[in-house]
Amino acid sequence: MQNPLSEPDPSSKLPYIVKKRLHNALTGIGEASRLIAETIIQIFKPPWQFDLLLKQLLLIGYNSLSVVLVSGFFTGMVLGVQGYIQLKPYAVEGSVAQFVSVSVVTELGPMITAFVLSGRIGASITAELSTMKVTEQIDALEVMGTNPVKYLVVPRFLACSLMLPTLTIFSTFAGIFGGYVAVVTLFDFNGDFFILQVQDHMVIRYVIISLIKATTFGMAIASVGCYKGFSISSAGGAEGVGTATTGSAVTSLISILVLDFVLGATLK
Amino acid sequence: MISIKNVRKAFSEKKVLNGLDLDIPQGETLVIMGRSGCGKSVLLKIIAGLLPVDSGEVWINGTEISHLSKNGLNQIRRKIGMLFQSAALFDSMSVAENVAFMLDQHTQMSKQEMRKIVDEKLALVDLDGVQELRPAELSGGMRKRVGLARALAFNPDIILYDEPTTGLDPVTCTEINELIRGLHEKLEVTSIVVTHDMHSAFSVATLMVMLHEGKQAAYGTPEALINDEDPTLQQFILFGAPDQILNIDNPTLKEFTGRNVS
Repeated sequence: MQNPLSEPDPSSKLPYIVKKRLHNALTGIGEASRLIAETIIQIFKPPWQFDLLLKQLLLIGYNSLSVVLVSGFFTGMVLGVQGYIQLKPYAVEGSVAQFVSVSVVTELGPMITAFVLSGRIGASITAELSTMKVTEQIDALEVMGTNPVKYLVVPRFLACSLMLPTLTIFSTFAGIFGGYVAVVTLFDFNGDFFILQVQDHMVIRYVIISLIKATTFGMAIASVGCYKGFSISSAGGAEGVGTATTGSAVTSLISILVLDFVLGATLK
Repeated sequence: MISIKNVRKAFSEKKVLNGLDLDIPQGETLVIMGRSGCGKSVLLKIIAGLLPVDSGEVWINGTEISHLSKNGLNQIRRKIGMLFQSAALFDSMSVAENVAFMLDQHTQMSKQEMRKIVDEKLALVDLDGVQELRPAELSGGMRKRVGLARALAFNPDIILYDEPTTGLDPVTCTEINELIRGLHEKLEVTSIVVTHDMHSAFSVATLMVMLHEGKQAAYGTPEALINDEDPTLQQFILFGAPDQILNIDNPTLKEFTGRNVS
């Protein structure tokens, strides 16, 4: 028979665990906010190192373009197929182009692009910065009189904030094209009518909402990636890098979903 | 001149430095010894401005750095070079880019001028022909040398060495020790070396300090410390120092340390 004294009652630990997690979460939010504030201050302080920004723009933009296009295209195809099937029983399948284009522009374009980049770029930023922290490279930067936030965070933050909306434009076009291909080839939908419907129902407000969302998601991905990379302990080692990278991907995804809801509600 | 005055530093409940006082005169090579966790590396990071003190003062060449702004601290740091335990070379850059980093960040030098300084500093650490290699292509000893060349690039007044011989084979350790001693003689800089390696310590030191329970347990020349009767110090030296060091009348001592201790 098990001795009741040998195993502490797990329920007695619960308040402690909840308190500790809450404390860690609030500390994390505070530290991340401070990092974002310092990043914004450093953006406006000379000297500006455009070579570092260009490198990040290429790394984030050019290298992610193909995966964003493919993701956008297939998302559009799925929307086209599902939209057509769901609308047909009500005899309004003619609105499928409106359904696809408005959904892709306002929601799925920025979301899919942000999801792809949070996994690809956000995690890679965290892995790179946390490895630099563990191997004392960030300490080395500081000793050499270089501000790590300015040198490492600012180019990544700006590049993500600029490339997310740019890639979202590509993703959105790919999505609408995907929807077009799906309904035209699978359901013999009139292609000219599809294009006409997209033109008729697309308003500039949707595009602005899409770009605001994409820019905000870009800032969030870079901030979470950099914060998770910087917050690792120097003694964290390989395990710490792995944990930080996983945490970064998960936190980015959740942040994107929360921000999407907040922006969706406020930019109605 | 570096002065540490009543410095205290704790991490959570653990007191690492507990009212430490220490003076490091200009041009000396001070070796900091002590058991693991006694605060050697913490002290080095405090001098480099990487860690804030809880209380106390840190004076570097007449400036108190513990209350300086980031900009003020960066000005002081430009006169400090640091060799990290892992060398801390930037993986994404070539050797030449690593060595030229501070020049690129803080001066308006042309590429040619930087190249000239890079070659000069690499020659100072006995390296040549590695300029275009990446850190991953270098051996442990070469990485330390490149780290040292990078620390020297801005002609520092002070060089900090964090465990410079850790993880190196005995031959490379000896080469690094000779390099540290050679640089001290050639450049007349103030050097602070944190090490567990007693061979290295007695090879390079002109002054030694032993930290114990966050305070100075012993301080003086290597010869004075060998003759010190403090049991903690004697235990530390006894377990780590080569036999030749323990007997100052031993004729091999002069050969080993490269200087006369009698």
